[in-house]
Amino acid sequence: MARYIIRRLLQMVVTFIGTTFVVYALMFANQNDPLQALAGDRPVSDNVRQVLTEQYHLNEPFLVQYGYYMQGLLTGDLGRTLTGRPIGDVMSDAWPNTIKLALLALFFATLFGITAGLVAGLRRGSIFDNTTLALTLVVVGLPIIVLAPIAQLVFGVKLGWFPTTAGARPSLYGLILPALVLGAASTATMMRLTRASVAENVRADYVRTARAKGLSARRVVAVHVLRNSLIPVITLIGVDLGTLMAGAIVTEGVFNIPGVGSKLLLGIQTEDGPLVVGFVSVLVIVFLVTNLLVDLLYAVLDPRIRYE
Amino acid sequence: MSDLEMAATTELGTHAADTPPAGATPPPKTRSLAADAWYDLRRNWIFWVAAALVVLVILMAVVPGLFSGADPTACNTRRQFAGPSGGAILGYDFQGCDVFSRTVHGARASVLVGLFAVLLTGVIGLVFGMLAGYFGGWLDALLSRVVDVVLGIPLLLAAIVLSKRLAADRQGSGIATVVIVLGILGWTTAARVMRSSVLTARSQDYVAAARMLGAGPLRIMWRHILPNALAPFIVVLTITLGTFIATEATLSFLNIGLRPPAISWGIDIATAGKHVREAAMPLIAPSLFLTLTVLAFIMLGDAIRDAFDPKLRR
Amino acid sequence: MTYQYPSHGQGQGYGQGSGQGQSYGHGYPDSPTAPVVAGWNDDRTGWDTPTAAWSTPPTRARVERPRSGEHLLDVRDLWIEFATRDGVARVVNGVSFHVDPGETLAILGESGSGKSVTAQAVLGILDTPPAVVRSGQALFSGEDLLTMTPERRRQVRGQEIAMVFQDALSALNPVYPVGWQITEALRSRRGVSKAEARRRAVEMMDLVQIPAAAQRIDDYPHQFSGGMRQRVMIAMALAMRPKVLIADEPTTALDVTVQAQIMDLLATLRAELEMALILITHDLGVVADVADRITVMYAGRVVEHADVHTLYGAPAHPYTRGLLASVPRLERRGQGLHSISGTPPNPVAIPAGCAFHPRCPYAQQMCRMTEPTLLRIGRLDRASACHFPPEALDARHA
Repeated sequence: MARYIIRRLLQMVVTFIGTTFVVYALMFANQNDPLQALAGDRPVSDNVRQVLTEQYHLNEPFLVQYGYYMQGLLTGDLGRTLTGRPIGDVMSDAWPNTIKLALLALFFATLFGITAGLVAGLRRGSIFDNTTLALTLVVVGLPIIVLAPIAQLVFGVKLGWFPTTAGARPSLYGLILPALVLGAASTATMMRLTRASVAENVRADYVRTARAKGLSARRVVAVHVLRNSLIPVITLIGVDLGTLMAGAIVTEGVFNIPGVGSKLLLGIQTEDGPLVVGFVSVLVIVFLVTNLLVDLLYAVLDPRIRYE
Repeated sequence: MSDLEMAATTELGTHAADTPPAGATPPPKTRSLAADAWYDLRRNWIFWVAAALVVLVILMAVVPGLFSGADPTACNTRRQFAGPSGGAILGYDFQGCDVFSRTVHGARASVLVGLFAVLLTGVIGLVFGMLAGYFGGWLDALLSRVVDVVLGIPLLLAAIVLSKRLAADRQGSGIATVVIVLGILGWTTAARVMRSSVLTARSQDYVAAARMLGAGPLRIMWRHILPNALAPFIVVLTITLGTFIATEATLSFLNIGLRPPAISWGIDIATAGKHVREAAMPLIAPSLFLTLTVLAFIMLGDAIRDAFDPKLRR
Repeated sequence: MTYQYPSHGQGQGYGQGSGQGQSYGHGYPDSPTAPVVAGWNDDRTGWDTPTAAWSTPPTRARVERPRSGEHLLDVRDLWIEFATRDGVARVVNGVSFHVDPGETLAILGESGSGKSVTAQAVLGILDTPPAVVRSGQALFSGEDLLTMTPERRRQVRGQEIAMVFQDALSALNPVYPVGWQITEALRSRRGVSKAEARRRAVEMMDLVQIPAAAQRIDDYPHQFSGGMRQRVMIAMALAMRPKVLIADEPTTALDVTVQAQIMDLLATLRAELEMALILITHDLGVVADVADRITVMYAGRVVEHADVHTLYGAPAHPYTRGLLASVPRLERRGQGLHSISGTPPNPVAIPAGCAFHPRCPYAQQMCRMTEPTLLRIGRLDRASACHFPPEALDARHA
């Protein structure tokens, strides 16, 4: 197990350097006027020009620039926005709301996705199976930019069940509708994967063995079918985090939740380059670390991985 | 991205015939895999619905005039949120444009972006996947690391940075920018699927036989491996096309994709979303068409995949 | 090859009850052709049978059904079908066998002959659908497994009748340690404590001769060799001390040297624990030393059953003869190997008449038309489902 962790950590360091380099290079490499790109359409005063040049060490060679950027990332110093606020502050204000929203979304996704997937997988070809399968297909095809405003229109404006916007200090209740919207795609993919996984495992030889032992049907399903079926689903949670982040940008924007996503959206719309680069870098790191954790969890759940 | 992953990892790439359960028997007539798949496909209503929708969307993209004669850019703020009248069967939006006409004309940008981005993705994925799978060794290791790095950045986040960078020289509608962004970032799944198919095909006896007869790598890849690796590859590209259209709309929604005068469902949804209390139809119409288009491609890919998957055959 | 009547031993089981002349393997309920026994109570004429070859017709009596409760496990006239895309596959067609404590019965047949399906039906782990048990009985201590409540059935399963599967790597759950899996049933069904379960796991692993059992108890299935994994399977099946152990091709996936070890182990354990052992296999060589009696299946039917010495020494059915002839033997070196031509029939379209006739070197017109009944030969517990008595086959062969 220890060897596995070390190997994965080393792999992650390589990927980490690669991804941050790509993100940075995308923004700054080989550009005529990177400052104008950072600032977007607005005119760049000499003062701002000087601050930005200093902040990104733009008069140094490119690799040195990247070195400074990495140093900043690792020490938590993300620089300042175009309006002069430290990006770290903006982020720490926004994180709690986003984490609440993301956890709630993940909770709904796991709860509904795995339950429905298990039932559908056990009763393949039943009415429940066909209905949920058709439903998930629709949800998978439903872009979040459609789902979020429509959900707001139907459940917020027309039916009035949930607040249409969450406001500056969102309550847990105010986050339920956004979380359902955000988690919808994950719910659907999770359900489909659980279903496929369960349907395959139900026919596995070791499940037949478990039945041959005379275990109760409930135990066969919970201890043998479900446990083994969850292994691929766990990896999906890691991959899905990327979808969740993208979704959070739209969802927080539509429901006006003051989180990381809506700040990033604001940064995009106000053409605040430093903020966008800083936020994206941090989100990429979060994504990488989560995927590492998921990989380790995977190794805990599946002993075959550990001893490879 | 996640359903792409599913396509790649859970059900594809294993085309070896499943051993039938005890007592089951091989079908009396043995057809080829493709013929068998087509036989299954013809009986699948989802396939026909998806195919019909795809044809409809492409028709809208090519000849929008067939559906709506009105000019989508002839807007008049005096008609803001006006109800249906004359040709404008769905009424007018915030800027007083014909909602139905704009929705119909929005198909073109989506289809253009989707098709070109998928072509780019397909070419990159095909070349990388083939090379990695066929030659293996350090080339495979290197390409795998590259895939890891690209996958390490969520598609939308990378697209945000990249499109901001590419949009620095801002002119035109932004279609080329979005195509390049999606093409550069979206090829990994296609490459993975191609690689695993090539790995499977490479170990087959007929490939070894061809090599023994002195066929060169190019000829082997083109004549012997590609035909067998094509089915899962096409499935992934079809589903990718759907997600690319959704991503384009999302980028446009976030104001970093297409720009006016281009007509994009994403832009219209963003504008209408802000005024949803005044009028719902400007939001609903482009939303519905975007969803149906994305859905059509995903369903099409799904149906083809199921047809080619012997495990699902009863 | 000369045929000899074994003159020793008292036949047990079949043929003890007299009176009701109900035969095994009567026609399938919907079957248009009623089974007829050639040369026996048959008034039809025109057979191309060498009836003259019947040297001792009076000794061939119809096989009788034993009275209930006579055997530990008594499967009677079992019919199983599968609904498939291409039609109804008749996989098990009127199979009967029985087994008693301390006895080893081998069920022999090619893949697809219905032997595994029969075993799974007895244990109650057959997937229904697609499988349907049409009729028959599976009496365990006189109680019919096929009609008892699901809850009672579950009580029997694993506790009274246990099963060892072919491929231990896939039959063991990859994500749990072997010790945990061996005692899972003990813990969940008998409420054995964790500490006690560990002790019992080591005990069971010692019993099946896994070296260093105490150290390996927390290892996972993939860390064991094929032979050791199969021992784990056996330990798991025996953990509840079942009365009947069904081993479904327990050695097929193993090396030849390991095969013999596992067979020896099964034989030893069967004797030590006084179980009834049912060995399902396609390999005649594997069971020769272990089995007491052998039931040969073909196309879902029992074509021959006999004690092991008789079957090896004087096989009655052409199919059994073919199987034996295809086993390589030292004393027949240089004569070339015999093989049975053709392939086993598709259970969706089993040939009319005798299912074996397309592959049978002795087949006559009658074989294509009439299905032979399983008939007792001599006074022993021995029967064959062929229109021709062994002597006739010998005569043809000579």
